[in-house]
Amino acid sequence: MNGNDFTFVLDGENIPFEPGQTIMEAATQAGVYIPHLCYHEEYRPRGSCKLCTVKINGHFGTACTMPVQPGMQVDNDTDELTAMRRRVVQMLFVEGNHYCPFCEKSGNCQLQAVAYHVGMQDSHYPHFYPLRNVDASHPDMLLDRDRCIQCELCVRASRETDGKAVFGLSGRGTRTQLVVNSESGLLGDSDFSITDFAARICPTGALIPKREGYPLPIGARLYDAKDIARVGHRQPSSKAAGEK
Amino acid sequence: MHEHLETASDITGLSRVVIEPVSRVEGHGKVTLLLDDERRVRQARLHIVEFRGFERFIQGRPFREVPTLVQRLCGICPVSHLLAASKACDPFVLGNARITPTAEKLRRLLHHGQVLQSNALHFFHLASPDLLFGFDDAVAHRNVIGVLADHKELGLRGIRIRKYGQEVIRHLTGKRVHGTGSAPGGFLKPLSAPERDAMLRDIDQIVDWCVASNALARDNYLANEAEFRGFGESESAFMSLVSRDGAAELYDGVLRVKNAAGEIIVDNHDPARYLDLIREEVKPWSYMKFPYLAPFGHDAGYYRVGPLARINNADFMPTPLAEAARREFVDYGGGKPVQAALAQHWARMIDTLMCAETIRELLDDPELLGSDLMAQPSEPAREGVGVIEAPRGTLIHHYKIADDETISYANLIVSTTHNNRGMNDSVRAVADKYFDGREISEGLLNRIEVAIRAYDPCLSCATHALGQMPLIIEALNPDGSLQSRLLRHDDGRIAQE
Ligand code: SF4
Ligand code: SF4
Ligand code: FES
Ligand code: FES
Repeated sequence: MNGNDFTFVLDGENIPFEPGQTIMEAATQAGVYIPHLCYHEEYRPRGSCKLCTVKINGHFGTACTMPVQPGMQVDNDTDELTAMRRRVVQMLFVEGNHYCPFCEKSGNCQLQAVAYHVGMQDSHYPHFYPLRNVDASHPDMLLDRDRCIQCELCVRASRETDGKAVFGLSGRGTRTQLVVNSESGLLGDSDFSITDFAARICPTGALIPKREGYPLPIGARLYDAKDIARVGHRQPSSKAAGEK
Repeated sequence: MHEHLETASDITGLSRVVIEPVSRVEGHGKVTLLLDDERRVRQARLHIVEFRGFERFIQGRPFREVPTLVQRLCGICPVSHLLAASKACDPFVLGNARITPTAEKLRRLLHHGQVLQSNALHFFHLASPDLLFGFDDAVAHRNVIGVLADHKELGLRGIRIRKYGQEVIRHLTGKRVHGTGSAPGGFLKPLSAPERDAMLRDIDQIVDWCVASNALARDNYLANEAEFRGFGESESAFMSLVSRDGAAELYDGVLRVKNAAGEIIVDNHDPARYLDLIREEVKPWSYMKFPYLAPFGHDAGYYRVGPLARINNADFMPTPLAEAARREFVDYGGGKPVQAALAQHWARMIDTLMCAETIRELLDDPELLGSDLMAQPSEPAREGVGVIEAPRGTLIHHYKIADDETISYANLIVSTTHNNRGMNDSVRAVADKYFDGREISEGLLNRIEVAIRAYDPCLSCATHALGQMPLIIEALNPDGSLQSRLLRHDDGRIAQE
């Protein structure tokens, strides 16, 4: 194959791609970070968080859903897009209840890391302070809906990888909540297990193992020293056990 | 002691003076004075807005989050809250078992760093200007900048001692303020030899400076003894933790109470049973409760906490230089607890010296570098109490958890609450003595401020970095109309309106 036929332009650089790849996949393969939250390479993209919005031949589109075409002009790292992404992240923050200072995920949280990356300094929008339940019924896992951004990664992982369908989204608009598939609606009554892949996939502190506490000291956490763009694309894989 | 001034028997015909810090931060204080027709003080009250929202906020949160969460209660002594909550939550993991020796030593080191830095902040930044320049010194000069200008060496030392305490905290928790480190069941982060060595490098110097600072506080008090002894005077019992053998103790131990006559009236009291000892009275005019010692009733049960209580109560200090300093203090007291509000500064520097020496001892302990940080979980309890001596005195955290390990009950008594009555009493004593009946003077404002500050109350969190409490005093006529107003901005400017 002649490599020249399968390249596109990302922020002025020629990037090779394989036919059928999305912009996100091709960029990731080339080591370019495009901010994202609801995307995971093992699942069909949802395109719901809009964080990966890029400019494609002058039009906005989501990098995780858009297949690359040869010669496409894609802007990713621009002031305009960063400003837009900042608004998206701010909305995610005010829609939930995020208290990073005592969140166990702090420093290892993708949402927080992306917020730093796009230069978020405040919430900008008024906080919704939604009433959401903490579900601590499971012996090994904690579900804190306050921190759920409804990315549906756990939904997809449970259904497609674990073959269980423990999670789902229910309700509309700001009332949307992550629900658990069990008689009582409690995680402890579902067949969810800490060894499920869904237990490792949450990009925020919404679904976290119990009894872990703050496992890494401040300074040693994933995003302490390096911006998420430099840490790069890091996702747990269903094949490799234990990676966070 | 000045209880008769808490509530005037008849308030008709009394005019009101309000002294209020103009502050945006929670935890600010306000003083109201009610005057009669002869313009004598008939009623004096200090109101502090206490921030109690945390007790409700943490309901339903998983207990493992709680220590890291509640340290946000305070920007000055967060480590004390982190540790009191860790201790209270240890039984949720360990039942009756103890944390590992290394974890306990790391927590101790962390706590002594906290008390060192907080005491140094208070003494050098907030109190030393009053003490060095006198209460009537110009406000623009009576601050830490003034200290640095006139007593450069001393001011810089204070800054370095405080910074050392902050470095201890940073090494152990990852941050100078609001890090993570201690957790239910033990400690999260081992200490490395290079980190330990970095702390060892300066500790001898810090101990020396603390010796000198104690001498300064002592000499300052004794030189002004005639004036200081009766300033904001109040007579109370004292409560603090002591170790089982009677030594001063900041991290763990048993509760002791000594009365004004110097008799130990409560000893070896299990901190977990604090509710048998302390009752909190609610007064309609104050948001902050008034605790007293239940077994002795409302009057005899009046007590204070803090460095003064710690030094008065201890049979000895656990370290030699601090013990020598304590003996001088005890000699001055002549066998009875020292009561003077301003002696708290002296006591605080003995306390600080003990912190520095204890840090040095801990740093020499090889067990500090151990890697066994989390004890093996065992049959967990559902209720826990953690009591610690925070910089400002005894701090109590009490939690219960539900089946799913979320918090179902929380009760916190912070140090400043114990001293609510003491501060009120001192304010009344000052108002009684220094209000000339004619005009709210700057001198009165300053003295009330100095009396409150001697207790190093939480509202010092709310004061300006330069140590100026922005204050308003208002004199109101009996009909509520404004008679006169004295206002001091946080930059020290005075405005008479
Ligand atoms: S989930 Fe992430 S963003 Fe939300 S509180 Fe935790 S660390 Fe902060
Ligand atoms: S729990 Fe986590 S993974 Fe699941 S939808 Fe919420 S944020 Fe996404
Ligand atoms: S990552 Fe593309 S829309 Fe969420
Ligand atoms: S609670 Fe920390 S200074 Fe008041």
